[in-house]
Amino acid sequence: MRAKYLLRGLAGVYLAIVLVAPLVFVFWSAFRHGLGPFWSAISTPEAVAALKLTLITALVAVPANTIFGILAALALTRRTFRGRRVFGALIDLPLALSPVVVGLALLLVWGEAGWFGPWMIHHGMPVVFSTPGIILATIVVSLPFVTRELVPVLNELGVEQQEAAATLGASPLHIVWRITLPAIRYGLVYGIVLTTARVVGEFGAVAVVSGNIAGQSQTMTLFVENRFQAFDLVGAYSASVVLALISVVTVAAMRMLNRRGIR
Amino acid sequence: MVTRALDAPPPSRGRQRARPGGAGASIGLGIAVAYLSLIVLIPLAALAWSAIGGGWSAFWTAVSSPEAVAALRLTFEVSAAAVAINAVMGTVVAWVLVRDSFRGRWAVDVLLDLPFALPTIVAGLTLLSLYGVDGPFGVNIAYTRIGIVMALIFVTLPFSVRAVQPVLAALDRDMEDAAATLGAGPFTVFRKVILPNLVPAVLSGIGLSFSRAIGEFGAVVLIAGNLPFKTETASVYIFGQIENDNSAAAAAASLVLLLASLVLLVVFGLIESRVTRHAR
Repeated sequence: MRAKYLLRGLAGVYLAIVLVAPLVFVFWSAFRHGLGPFWSAISTPEAVAALKLTLITALVAVPANTIFGILAALALTRRTFRGRRVFGALIDLPLALSPVVVGLALLLVWGEAGWFGPWMIHHGMPVVFSTPGIILATIVVSLPFVTRELVPVLNELGVEQQEAAATLGASPLHIVWRITLPAIRYGLVYGIVLTTARVVGEFGAVAVVSGNIAGQSQTMTLFVENRFQAFDLVGAYSASVVLALISVVTVAAMRMLNRRGIR
Repeated sequence: MVTRALDAPPPSRGRQRARPGGAGASIGLGIAVAYLSLIVLIPLAALAWSAIGGGWSAFWTAVSSPEAVAALRLTFEVSAAAVAINAVMGTVVAWVLVRDSFRGRWAVDVLLDLPFALPTIVAGLTLLSLYGVDGPFGVNIAYTRIGIVMALIFVTLPFSVRAVQPVLAALDRDMEDAAATLGAGPFTVFRKVILPNLVPAVLSGIGLSFSRAIGEFGAVVLIAGNLPFKTETASVYIFGQIENDNSAAAAAASLVLLLASLVLLVVFGLIESRVTRHAR
């Protein structure tokens, strides 16, 4: 009996120090002078521009990776082709990469001295130090999530229903739309939620490729760092709270999907 | 998780032939391969080329510079410390979540998802402000290795807990009852019956956490500051080299980091599967 309370206390203290206290502290710091300073900190032109850039990035990166995720998961579970294992391993690879390394790799391709960078700059479409670079960096780091959620779901689903539909004369697109997508919808949404969380929260890769110019190429996470370095702590905490609230919504969405029994 | 999820067995040949929609699916596969090449393969090739394109001696000079060696060494030390602490404490937390029952247990369970979703820079900022110079507790972890370990503990905690939790929940308690009936005390039951069953899960958590920890940047950068030889981790060192336009040195250290991460995942995956086979 004593051991039970000892363990409970141990776990409680550990979580309090590592998790709870820091989370409570951000909210407390942002709101300790009331809603006024919080509101004025997140309604400066730089803050609004940062939030806008984060939203634009999410609006491109999430759909792009969702479509890729569906295609890749279908290929991995429904087809045999040469290099299938390599294909799967490459999709997983961004999880093993430091975000800074991702940023560097993109710089070496799209930067001023990179493989394709000079050509893009010459044709008036610079990638690095502008929005396309930021979007590209977040796409790389959030690439695996949809595929990783869908592969087990598709394996479980099997192909019988699709075969039945095909026998009855349904076209392949029709089958995907009417049979496959409805069957995998919870797994798909779960993958999209994870992707969005990662896209909104990405810092390292974006820090390398963005140039970090306030009001121009600054996402919310870069804005937090920038405010902190400028000793504007209220600004940093306020922007952090906005990001923390987004992650709370993300976790809530994940929980609701969990309860629907997808995992 | 990382090493196994996409490793599903391929569909059998018979099913393959009966599968509908060959041409459309091929176009889908083609798009996916092209996208993956552009997003992952080409940048990685550029990275490898930048690291070793100048020859092995240039690569070796870059990674054996005192600052690079110090940064890589520090990274492995703080990661190992954070992962070791979480391997123990994460198992304790998982135990309490599965075997204990108290009001608000679901809230603790939900809370453990937050480090996954919280932006790493926010995690670093909050840890720094709470346990930093002006924090309410009068401790100062800013620019210390303890601070870095703490940041890594924060970001890898869910990996440790979530690796053990389902295995613990699925454990057959009849074995423990049988051992207790035969006179084993609670500690003996834990050591001889429960722990051997948890080892593969703990190892898998260690592999994932380690791989994540050595690459971590956002949570670490504010706490670590930028003191070469003292608190400069590999990712912070790489970032500094990029800012100094020394991309060859950055690429060389990146390659080491990438290979280390892959080796960790493979090694812990192998140990895990071997232990699992022995246990059965």
